[in-house]
Amino acid sequence: MSIKILLKDIPDYHKIEVYQQYGGYKTIKKALQKSPDEIIEEVKKSGLRGRGGACFPTGLKWSFMPRDKNIPKFLCINGDESEPGSFKDRQIFEFNPHQLIEGILISAYAIGAQTCYIYIRGEYVKWIRLMQKALDDAYAAGFVGEKMKETFGTDFYTNIYIHRGAGAYICGEESALMNSIEGHRGYPRVKPPFPAQYGLWGYPTTINNVETIANIPAIVENGGDWYASIGEPKHPGTLLFGVSGHVNKPGVYELPTGTLLTDIIYKYAGGIPGNKKIKCIIPGGTSMPPIRGDQIEGLKMDAESLRQVGSAIGTGGIIVMDEDTDLVKVLTRITEFYWHESCGQCTPCREGTGWMLKILKRILDGRGTSKDLDLLIDISNNIEGHTICAFGEATAWPVKFMIERFRDEFEARVNKSIVIDIPNKVHSMRNTVIPIDEIKINGN
Amino acid sequence: MESTVEIQFSEQELQTIENLKTRYLKPDSVILEVLYLIQEKYGYINQEGMKYAAELVGISEEQVFGVVTFYTMFNTKPIGKYHLQVCTNVSCMLRGAYELLEKLEKELNIKKGEISSDGLFTISEVECLGSCGTAPVVQINEDYYENLNEEKLLQIIKELRNKSL
Repeated sequence: MSIKILLKDIPDYHKIEVYQQYGGYKTIKKALQKSPDEIIEEVKKSGLRGRGGACFPTGLKWSFMPRDKNIPKFLCINGDESEPGSFKDRQIFEFNPHQLIEGILISAYAIGAQTCYIYIRGEYVKWIRLMQKALDDAYAAGFVGEKMKETFGTDFYTNIYIHRGAGAYICGEESALMNSIEGHRGYPRVKPPFPAQYGLWGYPTTINNVETIANIPAIVENGGDWYASIGEPKHPGTLLFGVSGHVNKPGVYELPTGTLLTDIIYKYAGGIPGNKKIKCIIPGGTSMPPIRGDQIEGLKMDAESLRQVGSAIGTGGIIVMDEDTDLVKVLTRITEFYWHESCGQCTPCREGTGWMLKILKRILDGRGTSKDLDLLIDISNNIEGHTICAFGEATAWPVKFMIERFRDEFEARVNKSIVIDIPNKVHSMRNTVIPIDEIKINGN
Repeated sequence: MESTVEIQFSEQELQTIENLKTRYLKPDSVILEVLYLIQEKYGYINQEGMKYAAELVGISEEQVFGVVTFYTMFNTKPIGKYHLQVCTNVSCMLRGAYELLEKLEKELNIKKGEISSDGLFTISEVECLGSCGTAPVVQINEDYYENLNEEKLLQIIKELRNKSL
């Protein structure tokens, strides 16, 4: 019996009347009778961890917010969903928007936010409209905005607005998201100060992922202990696993954490077309270290289990690649993505992504050498940890781990050595990685 | 020479923008919506458009320029009536996105970033559209066309052509 919290098999659940039929908007009423601290405690007890990729404990994040009632506080819901391989938040916008809204209301009450923004990526026009429709219905029914005071008989009320992005992956980074809402380029900010101290317009702000917040009503309704008992104790709950690539039935599957990766691929996603073997798996969106296909037997999908095999759960977007996949091409494409999306603030990332892309294209063209592979790992090591935001890791990890874990595959694609026939001795002795045809010699 | 169309919002549009401003502590936040509206009305955002946006929002032209050039969804040059945005990121690539892109370029006889001779189409290669489970995907203007193959895509192109006759 699989448990469904976010994507229930109830027809028309996205409609407000159906949602209410099944007890919707009753949990917020219950929550408003408790104190904000009680709710934070309940969420802490549930063990809920952020679903945006970092797996930060949600209750702990909320507890960083100052209790001062006289300053504006904000809640941002991150629906920028741009990590390649992730397509889960749009399922919530489409099939369960009211649970998200109710989750936002409860969360806003817990941290004392009077204004909430749902940041949705600009390309999601359809899902912005669906979400806006749900929000309009909730406003009209008096569940959101000033009317809340009347509906629920309390002093608390909050407004929820949708903020549309415009096509920048980096705006999914929490501080870049705030800059984007403020009307600037989406540059990540240096931390500290953290958003709970200095967020939107300098006021305390909390940023949570869509999927995280959609879990909140179920936690408050059934208790933190109930939630903590689902799936793996250290990373409890259900996850929306998005399976894509070489599988027969790609799609989003809601399953408890700790579900076997092989079960997800073979039982739910229908196995590999043509019964081919799996060469490589990216377990949580392209930023996460890839895993070899021969190492997935018995692997559980949760933060701790993946950490043990040297990867991470990320957004739960699983990309499956069969035995015929060209990993050099895949890695080049991934790196091209990060090169394109680097915001350009930090030199290691801005320059490093472009450099890695050039090298990978060279290898793809058959002009690479073994030294290039070491150079790629060297560059990725120099990006990782040397940038303002986690984008540095996001671009470094796939390069570093793909080459380390599939070294044989990459070695087969490069030349063992490079002979540079240049009369200038200094040049020829240099440990160069410049391809031959890019070297020009004066007067020769 | 660029044609000099005067950028001007209607009373109703101006009111919409004013209402949006009340949602934020500072008016700067509505810049993306203002730019979307300019793009919707005039097809792309040129310097005149940026100037208009800056005045309307009450921020500097430099800030507007910074924003327009940062976000990929804003076009600073004219594009065709239908913007074919082909996702070629990993999940789509594994399911044949590059073959689709090639087919599209051949069918329309243009390369990425160009406008077809009838002015109808522009092709762009874009990053992950969040449609990995229904790959490959092409976004045409605002709509997603998912689970595509060559036949389906050519059929869509045919329909769009007929629609514009």
